[in-house]
Amino acid sequence: MTKTIDAVQDQFETFQILSEDGEVVNESAMPKLSDEQLQELMRRMVYTRIWDQRAISLNRQGRLGFYAPVAGQEASMLGSHFALDKEDWILPGYRDIPQIVFHGFPLYQAFLWSRGHFQGGQIPEGVNVLMPQIIIGAQIVQAAGVGFGLKKQGKKNVCITYTGDGGASQGDFYEGLNFAGAYAANAIFVVQNNRFAISVPVEKQSAAKTIAQKAVAAGIEGIQVDGMDVLAVYAATQQARERAISGEGPTLIETLTYRYGPHTMAGDDPTRYRTKDLDSEWEKKDPLVRFRKFLEKKNLWSEEQENKVVEEAKEDIKASIKKADGAPKQKVTDLINFMFEELPYNLREQLEQYTAKESK
Amino acid sequence: MAQMTMIQAITDAMRNELKNNENVLVFGEDVGQNGGVFRATEGLQKEFGEDRVFDTPLAESGIGGLAIGLGLTGFRPVMEIQFFGFVFEVFDSIAAQMARMRYRSGGVYNSPVTIRSPFGGGVKTPELHADSLEGLMYQTPGIKVVIPSTPYDAKGLLISAIRDNDPVVYLEHMKLYRSFRGEVPEEEYTIELGKADVKREGKDVSIITYGAMVHASLKAAEELEKEGISAEVIDLRTISPLDIDTIIASVEKTGRAIVVQEAQKQAGIGAFVVAEINDRAILNLEAPVLRVTAPDTVFPYASAEDVWIPDHRDIVDKAKKVYHF
Repeated sequence: MTKTIDAVQDQFETFQILSEDGEVVNESAMPKLSDEQLQELMRRMVYTRIWDQRAISLNRQGRLGFYAPVAGQEASMLGSHFALDKEDWILPGYRDIPQIVFHGFPLYQAFLWSRGHFQGGQIPEGVNVLMPQIIIGAQIVQAAGVGFGLKKQGKKNVCITYTGDGGASQGDFYEGLNFAGAYAANAIFVVQNNRFAISVPVEKQSAAKTIAQKAVAAGIEGIQVDGMDVLAVYAATQQARERAISGEGPTLIETLTYRYGPHTMAGDDPTRYRTKDLDSEWEKKDPLVRFRKFLEKKNLWSEEQENKVVEEAKEDIKASIKKADGAPKQKVTDLINFMFEELPYNLREQLEQYTAKESK
Repeated sequence: MAQMTMIQAITDAMRNELKNNENVLVFGEDVGQNGGVFRATEGLQKEFGEDRVFDTPLAESGIGGLAIGLGLTGFRPVMEIQFFGFVFEVFDSIAAQMARMRYRSGGVYNSPVTIRSPFGGGVKTPELHADSLEGLMYQTPGIKVVIPSTPYDAKGLLISAIRDNDPVVYLEHMKLYRSFRGEVPEEEYTIELGKADVKREGKDVSIITYGAMVHASLKAAEELEKEGISAEVIDLRTISPLDIDTIIASVEKTGRAIVVQEAQKQAGIGAFVVAEINDRAILNLEAPVLRVTAPDTVFPYASAEDVWIPDHRDIVDKAKKVYHF
């Protein structure tokens, strides 16, 4: 018995292109990206790092609501997103805000979502993303449906969905993978294994050595990727996308990554469950440091460029917060109107009551 | 006009909508080749092909997620939950996802999903195949809940449910599937969701009910008539939203009412109807509004269900109590 499991697990070696020193260790797997594209990838990661720092600080000042920090996961998030087409769908978890923003969801709306304002859920026309999912894993079964819908319509597009290592324990994870496999849906499932589901270490989630191997039971492709290596994440997602749109079915991608910050800004204290040693071990793998080294060797990145992105990010955030501040005060009457296409009698009556209450 | 059983009327409604709109998809466990365990989808896969009418893997939450995703890409899913007792497996997809899609997106997205499912007792099933769980749905804002009691209503209500742009839970009482036939037009027609039907007019007491209890209530009304009590029977047809105008108009006329449900008493539709009557028509009442319900136990083992499920005698007793108050 044990031999069977070992044989499966041994097939899931971590896919890597860049070493921690930014050296190419897997030349044949290098994705075909132009210099501009490589720079854009770096720009997005730097931008997101700054955004994350500002968001944490805004949250501490009480100017932002619910926030799940992303530092450490930039390569995993943005490398996978970079492989997508504008028409592809994203079904995010609550941490996956960078991907939907780079897919066209305005930053000020992301701030409104964080504050719990309904305009933060109003996805603009033509931006194929769903509102960030709060229930762990619920988006995975939905992604099977969106991917199946795209396939039925003969579209050369995919649905990508994200969850974490804890999400891979949910029933919906297995049902979603299995449904997508059974229908050969145009779907990509990304599990960002950042090693902790709030406080519970990934070793306690499952007896399986990798999450990627869970693809085997669903009969779909699975790959484990160095999630701190943006080129590896990009290449794996790009291949998964190609497979999906050519009818070869879905892929499960496990990215090995780490969140430097707390689970969310709502009181989580990582020192209760993580050691400093583990933190520094992962900080050595930092996706920005690694990719910066790679680009600098090719003369594609400079301090000046970096500073420019930092300034640009700060300006955008400032402007977006200002725009978010200008959103109208939220009313219960607004929310009542979003319950049904046509309001039933009880909500019509309550709309009247709250119109009166809110006009006082 | 054709004579159909309720299940034939349900199949006919789906056939109509599959023809009418190429985005309508019908799916669930065993609904394809097999035509559903009750044959509700009999012949539909053959007629419309596997792309439109298809089997799913055996996982209810997966079916719910599939419906949400297909809805987002422009389809109009009609999903079947094989027995409504299995709804617990898909409760997140229904209550936490579909029901909130419009709200969560500030009106940008919706879930035009119809969830068909057999429910209700009296057919000697194993456990979790016969429960009346409509109260759980009723407590969930954002979904409509429809329960037909006749073949005619079944067709018109299902067509309306499928065309509705919000999620609709459409519950089919198993005992009514084949117990009688009724006239059903072959052409399409709709019955507006949220509209009750006065099945029998009366002046002394209103019997407000839905589902299989409509038939028990009509039988009770006949018995009451023999004793000189004129009962009005209202079939709610849609329990969420309620047709409050019809309920209140009837109570204002009769001044007396009972609410009849097959479900357990606690936190049921009946309790809510009583509360609404108190809110809106208490000064018209000549007596307290009483309820006929099942007891607050788990749905019983099959051999006890005949006693557990309310019958026309229970309804007659309660109606008399209210009448003689």
